[in-house]
Amino acid sequence: MFGLNPKDARLLIIVAIMVVAAPVLLNPFPEGSNLAQFNAGYPDLMQRFVIFGIFAIGFNILFGLTGYLSFGHAAFLGIGSYAAIWMMKLLTMNIIPGIIVSVIVAGVFSLAVGWISLRRSGIYFSILTLAFAQMCYSLAYSVLTPITGGETGLQPKVNDPRILDAATNDGVVPKTNLFGLEMTSSTEIVMGGWVFTLNAGYYVAALVMLISFYISIRIFRSPFGVMLRAVKSNQQRMNYTGLNPKPYTLAAFVISGMYAGLAGGLMVAMDTQAGADRMFWTASGEVVLMTILGGVGTLIGPVLGAGAIKYMENILSKINKDILHQWFALLPDGLEDVIVALIYPFVGKGWHLTLGLLFMLVVIFLPGGLVEGGQRIAALFKRKRKPEDARSGKSTEPAE
Amino acid sequence: MSKTTLTRRGVLSRGAVAGAGLAVPTIFTGSSVAGFTNEPTGGAVTLGFNVPQTGPYADEGADELRAFELAVEHLNGGGDGGMMSTFSSNALEGTGILGKKVEYVTGDTQTKSDAARASARSMIEKDGAVMISGGSSSGVAVAVQALCQEAGVIFMAGLTHSNDTTGKDKKANGFRHFFNSYMSGAALAPILGANYGNDRKAYHLTADYNWGYTTEEAVRTSTEAIGWETVAAVKTPLTQTDFSSYIAPVLQSGADVLVLNHYGGNMVNSLTNAVQFGLRDKIVNGKQFEIVVPLYSRLMAKGAGANVKGIFGSTNWHWSLTDAGSQAFVKSFGTKYGFPPSQAAHTCYVQTLLYADAVARAGSFNPCAVAEALEGFEFDGMGNGPTLYRAEDHQCFKDVLVVKGKENPTSEFDLLEIVEVTPAAQVTYDASIFGGDLGSCNPGA
Repeated sequence: MFGLNPKDARLLIIVAIMVVAAPVLLNPFPEGSNLAQFNAGYPDLMQRFVIFGIFAIGFNILFGLTGYLSFGHAAFLGIGSYAAIWMMKLLTMNIIPGIIVSVIVAGVFSLAVGWISLRRSGIYFSILTLAFAQMCYSLAYSVLTPITGGETGLQPKVNDPRILDAATNDGVVPKTNLFGLEMTSSTEIVMGGWVFTLNAGYYVAALVMLISFYISIRIFRSPFGVMLRAVKSNQQRMNYTGLNPKPYTLAAFVISGMYAGLAGGLMVAMDTQAGADRMFWTASGEVVLMTILGGVGTLIGPVLGAGAIKYMENILSKINKDILHQWFALLPDGLEDVIVALIYPFVGKGWHLTLGLLFMLVVIFLPGGLVEGGQRIAALFKRKRKPEDARSGKSTEPAE
Repeated sequence: MSKTTLTRRGVLSRGAVAGAGLAVPTIFTGSSVAGFTNEPTGGAVTLGFNVPQTGPYADEGADELRAFELAVEHLNGGGDGGMMSTFSSNALEGTGILGKKVEYVTGDTQTKSDAARASARSMIEKDGAVMISGGSSSGVAVAVQALCQEAGVIFMAGLTHSNDTTGKDKKANGFRHFFNSYMSGAALAPILGANYGNDRKAYHLTADYNWGYTTEEAVRTSTEAIGWETVAAVKTPLTQTDFSSYIAPVLQSGADVLVLNHYGGNMVNSLTNAVQFGLRDKIVNGKQFEIVVPLYSRLMAKGAGANVKGIFGSTNWHWSLTDAGSQAFVKSFGTKYGFPPSQAAHTCYVQTLLYADAVARAGSFNPCAVAEALEGFEFDGMGNGPTLYRAEDHQCFKDVLVVKGKENPTSEFDLLEIVEVTPAAQVTYDASIFGGDLGSCNPGA
C-alpha cells in the first residue's frame, strides 16, 4: 500500500490508529482519581509527543542511517520556529505559510552548516555541529535581539502587520488557524468518569507526523537509504569503489534539518512562542537521547523515545511531596514517611534522575532501545505459540 | 497477513473512514460549555503556581512556593491570616475564594520560556487552573503572560523586573506587582547624587539580555539627568562566571563609579571580582571609587557576603520594614518556616491575595471581571504603602526602597539596610513611553 511493503504498511497503519486514538489511549484513568496524575491526554502534551516525534524521526534519518551524530539539531528547530513566528507576525496567522517557510529556511541553513561540518566525520563532526548550534543560541539570545526578541522571545502581538489577514480591531490577537480552524479549539467528550479532549491542533500536528513518518519509511527503503547505510557501515570501502559519500550525507543532513525545521514550525503553530531556549545544547542532546532510547536506526523507535522523554518531563516532574503523601496516606505514619522519602528523589524535580537511570538500563540491557525490548517480548510469545513458523522459514523480520 | 490485497473499493472506504476521523474535531469546534476558561464548578478552585524549582533561580523559586502555600493557607482560613488583617480591602473572609476552597498545583519553569509555557499549559489544560502566578525571570514572565492571554486565564507575575513585562509586552490578562528597571533608576539617581556627587563618571557592566538592557537604559538615563557622564557600557555574557577581564579595563577608562547591571549569580561573581580587584579602595579623579547594583535581593546579598557592605541598590520590599502589613507577613512566614521571607516571596504572596480579593470584589472568576476589578485598584496594608494598580499597563505603583549593604549585619538575613523609601510619585512614569499594546481581555472559551 502507498508503495510500501506489507510489513511497513502494517506499521504505518498501527501508528496511524494509535495517533488517532491517542486522546483516549493516553487518558486511561478517570478524572478525579488519584491516578489521573498519570493521564497524558491533554492537548499540549499530545502535541509535544507528535512534534518531538517528527524531530526525532528526522534526526534518525541522519544518525540512524549514516551514523553521523549531530549535536546541533536544536539550532534547526529554533530557526524553524523563528521563521514560522515571523511569517505569522508579518503575513497571516494561518499556519501553512509559516510551516512551509520554516522548512525552507531550516533546509537552507542546514545546507550551509552541513557543507562545512561534513568535511569531518566522527567526533569532529559532532563538535562542529555543536559549535554551530551554540553560536546560533548565543546570537539569538543577545546579539540578534531585534530579530529574535532575545531572552523574551517572540510572540504575536495585537499590532503586528499580518498583511494577509483581515484587520482586527477588538484588541485580540487572532489564534493560529488552518483556514479558519483554530489550533486551540477542542471538543471534550465526557464518558462516565472519563474526559477525552479532541484537539484540532493535535490532529493537524498528528497528520503532519504521519506524513513525515511515511516519507521516512520511503527513505529507509529507497536506494538512497541503502547508500546512507553504506556510509555508516564502511565509508572507506565506498570511497574505494569510486562513490563519493559527501552528496549522500549532505542530502541526509539537509533532510533531517528540514524535519527539525518542520517540528519547529509546528511548535510555533501549536503554541505561539519562539525563544532561544529551544536552541540550547541540552535541547540538541535531548533528541539524541530520544533516538537512542527508542532505538537508533529503527523506524518507530525515535517516536517512542520522544514520547517517553516528554512524558517524564511533563508528568513525572509534576508529582510533588504532597501528592506522594496523599497516595500513601493509608500506610502507618513512619512507613509512609520512609516510602515518600525513598520515592521523592526520583519524581518532581528529580525526574532527570529517573530518566538517567532508564537511559542507562536501556543502553546496557537493550542496546537497540525500546524497540528491541518490544521485539524481545514479542519473540517470547511467538516461540511459545508457533514453533512451526521457524521450521517453514516464515519467521517475521522485526520491523527494522 | 503476509499480503495486502488492494481493491479500489477498499481504498475508497478506508479513505472515507480516515477522512471522517480527521474531520471529527473540526465539526465540534468552539464548544463553549463554560462562559470562560476553566470556570470552577465544584466546591474548589485551582490556582497554578509556576516557579523555578531547578536552574539558576531555584532559591527564589523555593521561597516563592513557600509564600504561595502560606497565601493559600490564609485564604482558606488557616494560620494567623497574615496580611489579610492589614489589607485595606475587606472582601476576603478566610473562607476560600467566593466560598470555594483554594487548591493549587505547582510546576517547574526551569527558568526557560519553553518549559515554563509547557508547565503552564498543562496546569490550564489538565488541572483546570484559573490563574497562573510565579516565575523569577522576565523572559519567562513575558512568555507565560502571552500564553495566559491566549488561553484566557489571569497571569499574576512573580519576580520580573524588566520594563518589558508591563511595557512593550504588556497584556490585558497579565498583572505585575513587582517594580521595574525604570523605577529602580528613578529611585536610585537622587540618592546616588546626594551621596556621590553630581559630576561622576559611570562605567556599566550589563548582562547581555533583555533585563540587562532595560536596566542599563534606566540607570543611564536617570543618572545622566543629574549630571553624571557614562564613560562606557560593556555587555557581559549571561553565562560568564569570572568577570576579571571585564573589571580590569574599568580603571583605565577614567570612570569613578561602576554600575553592575547583573542579577543573581552574575551579580555575586562580578561584585566579588570588583571588590577583590580593590576597586573600592581606589581614588579616581580625586574621588572615592564606588560600585552600584541597581537590583538587590537578599539572596544575592547573601551570596556576595561581606562584599556588599556599603553598596547602594534598590529593592521591591524588605522584611525589616516596620509597617503593620510587612510585620504581619514576616511574622506568619517566620512562624511557619523559621526565617524571614525574601522580596520574591513577598510579591508572590501579595499577588495571590490581590487576585483572590479581586475575584471576591468582582463576584466572579471570569478573567475580564477580575481584570476590571484590579484595574485602577488602590490599596494599602500590603507592605509597600498606598499602591495603585494602574489600568493603562497593569503595573503597580508604590514606594521603592533604596537599600545599602549593611556594615555590621547581626544575622545571615540582616544584610541590607533601608536608606530611603522613595515615594511612588517620584517613580511614576507615563504609561505610553515603552510602547506596546494591552489589547482587550480574553476570557477564553
